[in-house]
Amino acid sequence: MRLEYTEPQKRFRAEIRDWLAANTPRETLPSFDTEAGFEQHRAWERKLFSGRWSAVTWPTEVGGRGCDLIEWLIFEEEYWRAGAPLRVNQNGVFLLAPTLMEYGTEEQKKRFLPRMASGEDIWAQGWSEPGAGSDLAAIRCKAALDGDHYVISGQKTWSTRAVWADWLFGLFRTDPDSQRHHGLTFILLPLNLPGITIRPIRQLNGLTGFAEIFFDEVKVPAVNRLGAEGQGWNVAMATAGFERGLMLRSPARFQQTARNLVQLCRENPAAAEADPVLRDQVVKGWMDAEAYALATYRTAGRLNRGAHIGAEASTNKIFWSELDLLMHETAMHLLGPRAELMPDAPDVAAGHWLDGFLFAQAGPIYAGTNEIQRNIIAERMLGLPRS
Amino acid sequence: MDFTFEDQQTAFRDAIRRFLMTEAAPEHLREIWETKSGRSTELRSKLADQGLTALSVPEEFGGIGLSDLDWVLVQQELGYYAIPDSLSDTAYLAVYLLTNMPADVALKREWLPRIASGKARVAVGHPVNPLVADAELADLLLLWHQDEVHALTPAQARLTFNPSIDMSRRLYRIEWTPSDKTRICPANAGRGLWEGVLDRAALAAASQLLGLAHRMLDLGIDHSAQRKQFGKPIGSFQAVKHHLADVAVKIEFAEPVVHRAAYSLARGHALAPVHVSHAKLAAGEAAWLSARKSIQVHGAMGYTWEADLQMFMKRAWALDASWGNRAFHKARVARFVLGNGAALGPDATFN
Repeated sequence: MRLEYTEPQKRFRAEIRDWLAANTPRETLPSFDTEAGFEQHRAWERKLFSGRWSAVTWPTEVGGRGCDLIEWLIFEEEYWRAGAPLRVNQNGVFLLAPTLMEYGTEEQKKRFLPRMASGEDIWAQGWSEPGAGSDLAAIRCKAALDGDHYVISGQKTWSTRAVWADWLFGLFRTDPDSQRHHGLTFILLPLNLPGITIRPIRQLNGLTGFAEIFFDEVKVPAVNRLGAEGQGWNVAMATAGFERGLMLRSPARFQQTARNLVQLCRENPAAAEADPVLRDQVVKGWMDAEAYALATYRTAGRLNRGAHIGAEASTNKIFWSELDLLMHETAMHLLGPRAELMPDAPDVAAGHWLDGFLFAQAGPIYAGTNEIQRNIIAERMLGLPRS
Repeated sequence: MDFTFEDQQTAFRDAIRRFLMTEAAPEHLREIWETKSGRSTELRSKLADQGLTALSVPEEFGGIGLSDLDWVLVQQELGYYAIPDSLSDTAYLAVYLLTNMPADVALKREWLPRIASGKARVAVGHPVNPLVADAELADLLLLWHQDEVHALTPAQARLTFNPSIDMSRRLYRIEWTPSDKTRICPANAGRGLWEGVLDRAALAAASQLLGLAHRMLDLGIDHSAQRKQFGKPIGSFQAVKHHLADVAVKIEFAEPVVHRAAYSLARGHALAPVHVSHAKLAAGEAAWLSARKSIQVHGAMGYTWEADLQMFMKRAWALDASWGNRAFHKARVARFVLGNGAALGPDATFN
């Protein structure tokens, strides 16, 4: 065990810190769930790419820096510390890309990865359907192979970033006679194809962060299939593993929130004094964010030694989503009557806690509800019998 | 940066685990519980044969000279098997006190080799605890008085036994008179030593609590896989699954905190006391949650003397407030986090 950074790791930190100090936009960009904000975030992705910072863990030949997981954690720490914009292409860079590298053909990697790294293609996810949410294997949206094309008909929903994104990755039923997780295929498709209708869904916060997608005999070249026909479930589970595991929510995000919460507590001494439970929760938020960071460094160490992430990825997702709720609930209580005010309210500045509070409500639901995660932990980590 | 243990550290832990699995079965522990002393000289000498009493005694005094980081894995096993012996007080805390005592080489020469060979028991009295564990059986008492360290034999003090719900704990009130003769270290040097003892003792308790949390989870898993209702193992029901999954999550995020605290102590990190307090809080919460959830999935069996779960629950309930209760440790963390000038945030974890 050695819990100190090496000299090269310190130099790496200094390099990204300097770059972010010089390049991070001074003003917070408008939300990427608005049309203008989406394009500004795309421009930021291009800027990151110009400094070779958009996909640091990727190999250098496809636009990355070949960083290991410790360097990735350092990158994330500096990124959140600098208050840099949220990553509009997170679906692509962190979720699809690792799967592409594992299952994609050389041609697919060359075709998709560089454009993803530069922000030319922003990716949306296509998992859920009206009848397939937690029960993802109930997918019905069909893709029928016809010569060198698939013909897709059906519906996807809760598709994150789909309102303005360029491409979609997701699971489709290619064998009409198949059941459950058999006969599904992982397909990549551009969202501007004829026959596609995108209906934005207005979220809790008033913005359209996800959408319904209707497919009416949409022709997609068969070369857009990722992995083998009928093997989509296994390919998708690799993505889900990355999503719940390290890449979706790096500890730095929560450590930054914990730090801001401590600051908020200091700025509101009266509230913290009148309700000592709040003070206790602020400290608890810091401790849990720290615990999440420590656990992640431990996982990174194990992976560097050749281990694999298994069902423990599900413990991550439960832990960070509940931590995020705890911290934002505490902030709302500290803010008291200011908490309800929108960020642009003219008289009282409450910062962005409300946005974070609303988004924290989604944490225990997206990327597999926490109930599903508990099932996974119980069955695959603890070995309890299936229901 | 590498947050993993060395292979030889985990190999040693595994060897201790295999040893305790056979030597410290619950039936055996129950027998030891029922004896007057609550201690087994046979078990203690077997622990010594495994090298556990010599673990951190310096090599010049006949020990192995290992660090806090080696102890932490062993302590987890002592917790998992609920070892009814204050091995840690003698072999970890007293060894730390004696080894770091300024000068007095005679005392070190007298006691450290005896501890290493498993021939001496030492009880440690710190003001954070109202009572002293295993004082009656001890060959030597190391006691706090106004930051000084005093050494005396049990015969020089009046001991009153205080029974605990955890029958493996033997706690005593000690009445004694400090004198120049009993003083072995003055307050100016003693203050730091007692702080070091407290941090190590709290870390030891945290590690044992983590082991206990694991054990109670395992008992809950076993029970819920075997017990059938409505024609199925109760572990196939989601409500039961989710109880146990919650425990697994708590443990998963308490363990690295405990391991980091051990590393900080071993390296003399300036924030080691904060890291230790965080560890004690996280492990205590995990152990209490594990007790609560495990008794719940055990149903009425969990409320019996017969089910082994009670042995581990009681130990968890007792250890949580020893060597600093939650208020004590929360206050130490809060002073750091809410105090001015604390380096917090994404890049501060390993400062």
